[in-house]
Amino acid sequence: MTAVADVVTPDARKAGRGLYWAGVILLCAWVIIPLYLLFVNTMSSPDTVNSFPKSFIPEFNMGSLEFFMGFQGMLRALWNSVLVALMTMVMSIAIGAPAGYALSRFDFRGKELFRLLILLTRAFPLPLLALPLAVLFIRTGLDDTAFGLALVHTTLAIPFAVLITFSLFSGIPLELEEAAWTLGCTRLTAFTKVILPLVLPGITASAIFAFVISWNEVFAAAVLTIENRTLPAFLLQTLGEAPLHLKFAGGFILVVPALIFIFAVRKYLFAMWGIANR
Amino acid sequence: MAEIRIKNVAKNFGSYQALHDINLTIADQEFMVLLGASGCGKSTLLRIIAGLETATTGEVWISGRRVDHLSPKDRGISMVFQNYAVFPHLTVFENIGFGLRMQKLPDDEVKRRVERTAGLMHIEQLLKRYSGELSGGQRQRVAVARALAMEPDVILMDEPLSNLDALLRMEMRAELKGVLAESRTTAIYVTHDQVEAMSMADRISVMHQGKIVQAASPIEVYRDPAAEFVASFIGNPPMNFLPAEAAGSGRWTVAGQSFEGPANGKDLKWAIRPEDLRIADQGFGARAKVVEPLGAHLLVTCDVEGHQFRAVLDSELSVKPGDVLTLAPQEGRGRWFDPETTLSVA
Repeated sequence: MTAVADVVTPDARKAGRGLYWAGVILLCAWVIIPLYLLFVNTMSSPDTVNSFPKSFIPEFNMGSLEFFMGFQGMLRALWNSVLVALMTMVMSIAIGAPAGYALSRFDFRGKELFRLLILLTRAFPLPLLALPLAVLFIRTGLDDTAFGLALVHTTLAIPFAVLITFSLFSGIPLELEEAAWTLGCTRLTAFTKVILPLVLPGITASAIFAFVISWNEVFAAAVLTIENRTLPAFLLQTLGEAPLHLKFAGGFILVVPALIFIFAVRKYLFAMWGIANR
Repeated sequence: MAEIRIKNVAKNFGSYQALHDINLTIADQEFMVLLGASGCGKSTLLRIIAGLETATTGEVWISGRRVDHLSPKDRGISMVFQNYAVFPHLTVFENIGFGLRMQKLPDDEVKRRVERTAGLMHIEQLLKRYSGELSGGQRQRVAVARALAMEPDVILMDEPLSNLDALLRMEMRAELKGVLAESRTTAIYVTHDQVEAMSMADRISVMHQGKIVQAASPIEVYRDPAAEFVASFIGNPPMNFLPAEAAGSGRWTVAGQSFEGPANGKDLKWAIRPEDLRIADQGFGARAKVVEPLGAHLLVTCDVEGHQFRAVLDSELSVKPGDVLTLAPQEGRGRWFDPETTLSVA
């Protein structure tokens, strides 16, 4: 312990711990309470949703969800969402993983700048790009196609794909690759026979994350598609005037798959920020 | 015949010169140890031979073939790494057989060779396990077996024992030496541990600041160090040094004692190993400062005319700090160094 710590009185330390836990609880509540309310309202009958006072216990009334399953255009939007997300997933890994490998294994000029610039692509506001993009897409015939939208989503997902795979590859000792080289491998076969099997779980996680980014994205989807809307864009369009209980159900349908996916790959997302969580 | 020739090899990392003009020939089936402190360039030299690093200038020849432009897989070498580099996603069997599979050998040949080398390293019972289920010592054995299974011309080892505990290291040392002698491969072994170097090597290349200071048999390196650095790096405790004054016609005075030495030179240093000293009637007056009983010996750190001077003496002697001992060097064991060049003079 340092000299500074010795000066801290037990009272101050106790207060500090209290503050810490208050912070933890506040942050958890920040995330969990809206989700819980969403869940409760989705599982309630229309009357309960609109009545007052609110109940905090779900009724397990499936009416709203059942309505959605039969809703016109809903399945088509769901299919579009999956299609776009799958394409985003494949493209962001195909482009992001080699970049991550290069960042972790080679030294080149401007490497640090490159890492920074990757993050900066996220700092570019999408609304600013929306109009030029829409014009460009109409000119090239990419507008209102799943592939066109997947291109935009890939741009959004690539920074994460690069950073996650960078940390994955960095976690694999160079010695393993060197050993493979001395045992008769080329750079390529060493990669396919040694590195790839080891990073595959992490790559999968990174791919799922790209999937979720695409799944959740609504702005570009709403601007760039008309007929072939993805689920978020479709819900945004159709639920504007819908009754409250259907809005809740729509939100619920969107949130749950994303939550499940993120939960499945949380370990690798921590790794991305350099936090060991094993 | 796997003779290795290293010709004028130098390596720069940016402005830092890691290796200066290295020339070294390693004979077929020789066990060569590259010995030096960390950062002396020994690992870099090994990696240049392996092809994991490219030399800035110079040539590497293996078995009469110039290899410095070839990739590691085409050099006829195999390598054992400090952290073993056992592939975690493969069983021990597949690890040992990895290189053989890359050569597309038939299954029964792979099986035969894996089982033979596993037997050699006493790991037959581990073939189905994964590296996560092995101890450090077992992983080390897998790494060596994997290198041997390739039946290479040259086997390169980069501090292979440094991650093992002391007892295991001693055991593996003897075992490795036996296995390698039997396999008749040329071996280059990098270590910073002088005991490992002394006990295993046919020849030791002592490296310092990117240069080979001396390449000779272990006993020669120990008895006749080519430079002050070797004298103070090899041996535990290291050699003692005392300034010598010329007393005319090949006679020198060292701390009041007269010795026969090199015919010319101005001021030299005289050096002696601590274990080559014994208590006598006539010799250096040495005041004991620290007395360390080591069981087999008594290590006494003394002061001779203001210079630190260690002696390894019989453990039966009773010496206390402050005692004044008379220490005489054993005949023919004193060595001379030129303080300007730091090289040995005859």
